[in-house]
Amino acid sequence: MRNRDLSFWLFLAPVLLGLTLVVIVPLIYGTVYSFTDWNGLKATKFLGFENYLNLFHDKEFLDSIVFTVGFSIVSVVLLNILGLGLAILVTRKIKSNNFLRTIFFMPNLIGGLILGFIWQFIFVSVFSDIGEALKVDALQGWLSTTSTGFWGLVILTCWQMAGYIMIIYIAYLQNIPNELIEAAKIDGANSWQRFRNITFPLVAPAFTVSMFLTLSSSFKIYDQNLSLTNGGPFESTQMVAMEIVKTAFSANEMAYGQAKAVVFFIIVSIIALTQVYYNKKREVDM
Amino acid sequence: MESKGKLYIVEILGILLGLLWLSPFYLMIVNAFKTKKEIFTDVLGLPEEFTSANFVEAYIDLEFTNSLVNSVLITVISVAIIIFFSSMAGYALARNKSKLSGIFLLLFVSAMLIPFQSVMIPLVSLFGKVEMLNRAGLIFMYLGFGCSLSIFLYHGAMTGISKTLDEAAKIDGANKFQTFVHIIFPLLKPISVTVGILNVIWIWNDYLLPSLILGENNATIPLKMFYFFGQYTKQWHLALAGLTIAIIPVIVGYFFAQKQIIEGVSEGAVK
Repeated sequence: MRNRDLSFWLFLAPVLLGLTLVVIVPLIYGTVYSFTDWNGLKATKFLGFENYLNLFHDKEFLDSIVFTVGFSIVSVVLLNILGLGLAILVTRKIKSNNFLRTIFFMPNLIGGLILGFIWQFIFVSVFSDIGEALKVDALQGWLSTTSTGFWGLVILTCWQMAGYIMIIYIAYLQNIPNELIEAAKIDGANSWQRFRNITFPLVAPAFTVSMFLTLSSSFKIYDQNLSLTNGGPFESTQMVAMEIVKTAFSANEMAYGQAKAVVFFIIVSIIALTQVYYNKKREVDM
Repeated sequence: MESKGKLYIVEILGILLGLLWLSPFYLMIVNAFKTKKEIFTDVLGLPEEFTSANFVEAYIDLEFTNSLVNSVLITVISVAIIIFFSSMAGYALARNKSKLSGIFLLLFVSAMLIPFQSVMIPLVSLFGKVEMLNRAGLIFMYLGFGCSLSIFLYHGAMTGISKTLDEAAKIDGANKFQTFVHIIFPLLKPISVTVGILNVIWIWNDYLLPSLILGENNATIPLKMFYFFGQYTKQWHLALAGLTIAIIPVIVGYFFAQKQIIEGVSEGAVK
């Protein structure tokens, strides 16, 4: 197929139309309107950077960024430890390994909204009952404070996504030649030494892949946030995605909401481009 | 060989961890069978008697038949459209080695980086202006958001399909479209399964986009679940029965296709 062939254009037309109308046009349109007083229907005047400058004084927005960054860092670290741990577990020669893979991966198939509701029940009802029975005060009143809301979201995210990260690590672990492990055993390396000197360096590429994957997905979380804490208490567990939705669709400040959305886009792009850079760099190093 | 005893410990550890992983589902299901009072007195144990009363009430209030049909309709049509149009595009981009074709591919790959929240406000506004905040509009949006990753995967899979097939079909008098439908598309079946699985998981579970587009009459399962849950705060016996019902279709699907699902997700993530 050549550029001047009609068939080339016909084959591409549906997806080009879709991408243009659904992603590209709204992105440009929204960016332009974020510099105005647009209310969703019309814009009357150009405001320059006013919307963007207001962001710096918007405590709710700044708090949501801090919360999101903190949540993402903790989740990324825990998810990768858990994912790698589960992957090592299910690649051992144990009878239940296929069964366990199925179980660990299962939460990942169910929507975050539904999972958040299930965990709301666990944190609120089950935790307090167990706490009462065992006389542990720390299990009382979950989701009613900022820190329990934070850890509630972390636990939910880890439970939901660890199986997914496990799958990625399994793909890399299975590529490690068995002879390498056997040779090290003959040389007298113990299991920690084998992990440290063979397994770990060979799954290192998986770290980059899953680190950025978990980072960008925990950054964009909305459903779990909505169903587990709904941002409460007092907007203290509100993540950026939810803050943008509320600004635009509850407070009806479309232009201002879009300015936040543009900033959000820039942050997510920086994360993604850093990943591309690291991947390229590693390919060169190898 | 590893010592039997050590593996035995690993096995037990694994099973305990597996049970811990399943415990949220256990808690959801057993409490869905209890009365409101029973949940209050004993949250961990099995119910005194298994009654289906909560499920019947939740099923009716969820209008589950209606939301299930809506979810199936929207997911199946969207994914079929994504598979068909993305494979066509992946084929066209792979068979055209020009600079322009490379630019298009880069455009699709870059679009994957754009978070949904960055375009949703103008998207809803623009589609609202042309009266497209309905199911047809939603399906079109899924094509727009879903095609990028799908094209990327199809484009990658095309490298394994020889160009001599195209030439042979051309000699036999087939046009480009016939060549694609009868020769190329069947060969892309493995990657179509992957693309299908990834998109089904995403669209089936999606909440935010349909919540901005669809009204209560056309609500999908997650959307209906949200309204339903809002009505039943503090009434956990009904809420949990509703959640259990909402999860059943996913578990059934997973049971029948778990191998393909895990392979598909693995392929989609590692690339």
